[in-house]
Amino acid sequence: MDVLTDNWSLYGDGFLGTVELTVYSSLLALVLGFLMASFRVAPVGSLRAFGTAWVAVLRNTPLTLLFFAVLLGLPRFGLVLPFTVFAVIALGCYTSAFICEALRSGINTVPRGQGEAARSLGMTFSQTLAAIVLPQAFRTVLPPVGSTLIALAKNSAIAGAFSVTELLGTYRTLNELGHSIIWTFVWIALGYLIITLTISAAVNVLEKRWGVPR
Amino acid sequence: MTTATATATALYDIPGPRTRRRHVAYGVLSTLLIVALLGRLVHLLLDTGQFTYAKWNPFTYEGIQELLLRGLANTLKAFAYAAVLSLALGAVLAAGRLSEHRVLRWAATLVVEFFRAMPVLVMVFFIFVALRVHPLPALVAGLTLYNGSVLAEVFRTGVNSVERGQREAAYSLGMRKTQVMTHVLVPQGVRAMLPAIISQLVVALKDTSLGFLITYEEFLHAGKLIASNLDYDLPFIPVVMVISPIYIGMCMLLSWLATWVARRERRSPKTQAVEVPPAEPGTLLPGKQ
Repeated sequence: MDVLTDNWSLYGDGFLGTVELTVYSSLLALVLGFLMASFRVAPVGSLRAFGTAWVAVLRNTPLTLLFFAVLLGLPRFGLVLPFTVFAVIALGCYTSAFICEALRSGINTVPRGQGEAARSLGMTFSQTLAAIVLPQAFRTVLPPVGSTLIALAKNSAIAGAFSVTELLGTYRTLNELGHSIIWTFVWIALGYLIITLTISAAVNVLEKRWGVPR
Repeated sequence: MTTATATATALYDIPGPRTRRRHVAYGVLSTLLIVALLGRLVHLLLDTGQFTYAKWNPFTYEGIQELLLRGLANTLKAFAYAAVLSLALGAVLAAGRLSEHRVLRWAATLVVEFFRAMPVLVMVFFIFVALRVHPLPALVAGLTLYNGSVLAEVFRTGVNSVERGQREAAYSLGMRKTQVMTHVLVPQGVRAMLPAIISQLVVALKDTSLGFLITYEEFLHAGKLIASNLDYDLPFIPVVMVISPIYIGMCMLLSWLATWVARRERRSPKTQAVEVPPAEPGTLLPGKQ
């Protein structure tokens, strides 16, 4: 029980590390995912092919392999960055493939007539996109993007095994200090539950506010 | 219209001649950009000497090939155990969640929700470190708990998405609760969910690579051994270039099977009373539905 109170700062550092990793990777994944989704629905063939290849490869890559390649491979090209940055790159790229698919299927659920009606009213492409398509797509996209971000938070545990400061990695230090291993893990599990349930609650609030069943 | 571009999105109109010319110009420009990017990558690889004889020669040694094959076999072994066990656990948990006895239902819900919210790696490490289990059973147990819980939800969604009339018709024919389940609802539900089930198995296959982190001697571990060998001039990049196509290829094959099954099932008359969802990995939020 007192594993937590005795090692408050250690757990705190790990917890914040996981939160930090999750937030930065989420941002990277959302930006990259949006970019790839726009590639995948673009009327330009080579961009579509690039987006498709990106998604097909990254969705089928084991995350451990990606971490292995990025964290241990990129330094061989003379790219020296903190491990946390490498972890954010790996997690962000991996998750971007799933975000891309969620966004794309969201865009595809907007009926074609909506775009046609907008254009026949004389709206330009950017107006159609900003006022008609994206607001409708946003509503359907919320739940899948939310669950992808939860998966991202859970996947960040892998970073700990590659010596990035995060929640799961704290077990090693605590183990060496001779604390009860069971309780150590109970508090780690609780930490992850707090993070995933927070994301879940946030998505639920957003969904109540914006989501419309269609 | 047979325009292959951006089919059925609300975003674009059917392009006219001028727009089509513009698109071609964009196409050429972006192709050049992508080719330049790839060229830069190849140049970087050549520049850092990743294609030297010393780094690639080890792959011709029989011992190295055997090491890699043994690693691959261990990966597939872990996957096979995990797949079978998680299907079994998923069936048990789904039966619990669909049960009419409240206690059973609550217990199954608790288990499913907990293991879905936990990172797989935390469970694997817990079993490996705290319970002092060997790497293979620890990995398989962790994967089974997680994927079994997800599969339970998949099974349950499948059974619940069978049209209500099917259940009612079965009851009105005088079938009992268990008969309705086993003869009417489960066959249709599972059939419709087959793509989702296979997609979840892809997740299990990908996650066998977590064994690398608990010193299970799987594929990635074999790669690491070769990559850290000084005699071969530390062939890290060549190892990644050999291992990743095999790993990604296996997962792609399984994903492709899921898509193929989904397409087949959607046409099949046996799934008329259920909606076959696309072969996407589970997108349910924890605590929902």
